[in-house]
Amino acid sequence: MASEKVKTFTDNNFDDETSKGVVLVDFWAEWCGPCRRLAPTVDALASEFDGRATVAKLNVDENPHVPGRFAVRGIPTLLLFKEGQLAETIVGLRAKEDIAQMIERHLGD
Amino acid sequence: MADRRVTIIGSGPAGLTAALYNARANLKPLLVEGLEAGGQLMLTTMVENWPGFRDGIMGPDLMTEMRVQAERFGTEVMQGNVTKVDLQNRPFTLTFANGKSVTTDALIIATGASARWLEIGSDRRLSGHGVSTCATCDGYFFRGRPIAVVGGGDSAMEEAVYLTRFASKVTVVHRRDTLRASKIMQDKAFANPKIEFIWDSEVADVLDDNKGEVTAIIVRNLKTGHQTKLPLDGVFIAIGHTPNTALFAGQLDLDANGYIRTHSGSKTSVPGVFAAGDVQDHIYRQAITAAGSGCMAAIDAERYVEGLSDHHPGEAALQITS
Repeated sequence: MASEKVKTFTDNNFDDETSKGVVLVDFWAEWCGPCRRLAPTVDALASEFDGRATVAKLNVDENPHVPGRFAVRGIPTLLLFKEGQLAETIVGLRAKEDIAQMIERHLGD
Repeated sequence: MADRRVTIIGSGPAGLTAALYNARANLKPLLVEGLEAGGQLMLTTMVENWPGFRDGIMGPDLMTEMRVQAERFGTEVMQGNVTKVDLQNRPFTLTFANGKSVTTDALIIATGASARWLEIGSDRRLSGHGVSTCATCDGYFFRGRPIAVVGGGDSAMEEAVYLTRFASKVTVVHRRDTLRASKIMQDKAFANPKIEFIWDSEVADVLDDNKGEVTAIIVRNLKTGHQTKLPLDGVFIAIGHTPNTALFAGQLDLDANGYIRTHSGSKTSVPGVFAAGDVQDHIYRQAITAAGSGCMAAIDAERYVEGLSDHHPGEAALQITS
């Protein structure tokens, strides 16, 4: 269902994949209703920022290590990394335009 | 000429039922989903009091069915959020987060209600780091850990029982010495060996802001004023809901708690604007009552636009079912 522009991160590739550029990661799980609501927004952002920023999903069921490292205890949570550093955290649902503005801000710096 | 004859804001049982009825009346309604698409049932698991499903149905599945049914008859569902409404001029204008807008002859407001927070600051700051308003979303993160549920109503007991699947222990913190929850939910909670109760108490603070995660709560006894620190890893807040009416403040008659006042069915203080579901109901707040009031709003809106089009012979014939 997810757009092919959305990458899939795991406990294994997370550090490599977030080390460069601006990367937005959506922490989600199958059983999370609000995560399903956010999915189309994440897909749309992946297309919108294609080539400029990376948009990815991390399934917390299959990858318990990364959520633990960032004290993620609620989903959906969006983390934004810039050059490997955690720069922004969004917990819960947010309008696509707000998230896009946040990404733009970090691309512009 | 308005872009739309009927527009519905909200995609819970009220909004989708209104859409179903208006779509079947050939009004081709536009339904704006809103941020919390699908409404509160998206946060539930098994719904056992929706008639017609003897074995229950999963909340998110029920909402998918309702949505597909509404779309089948011609509802246009739009993702996104309304950020501004103009109910002073006709047709009404709705503006979306992306800056676009739409005009509509009739408006059905079914924006529902959202979970209420403790409003003590630390609960919001630690949201997603141990504080949650959604047990089905976040219970998973508390396998084998002690947690608290705040509240004494049906949702609080439902969450407490559900969370015992994961948590080592669930402490219910409630302001009174009796529960507001229904008998059946109380029985389930009292029978569960993992659930303990702290009565007559409120959560004064959630720790630990500095660590950026929940490590304990400060519980204050409302009768004695005595405060105790309860170490735990998670807090689930289930103290009710606030209606999503900020958008309409100053344009519609709201009650002291922010609910839209309705009269003669689903009518609001502005002719042509109708309200359905939890946004106008702080008493029943059930999926089935929300759906019922959504149906009422659809019929009221249909009659309203029919009245408008009496001046425009040749408009599509409307069927009124009653």
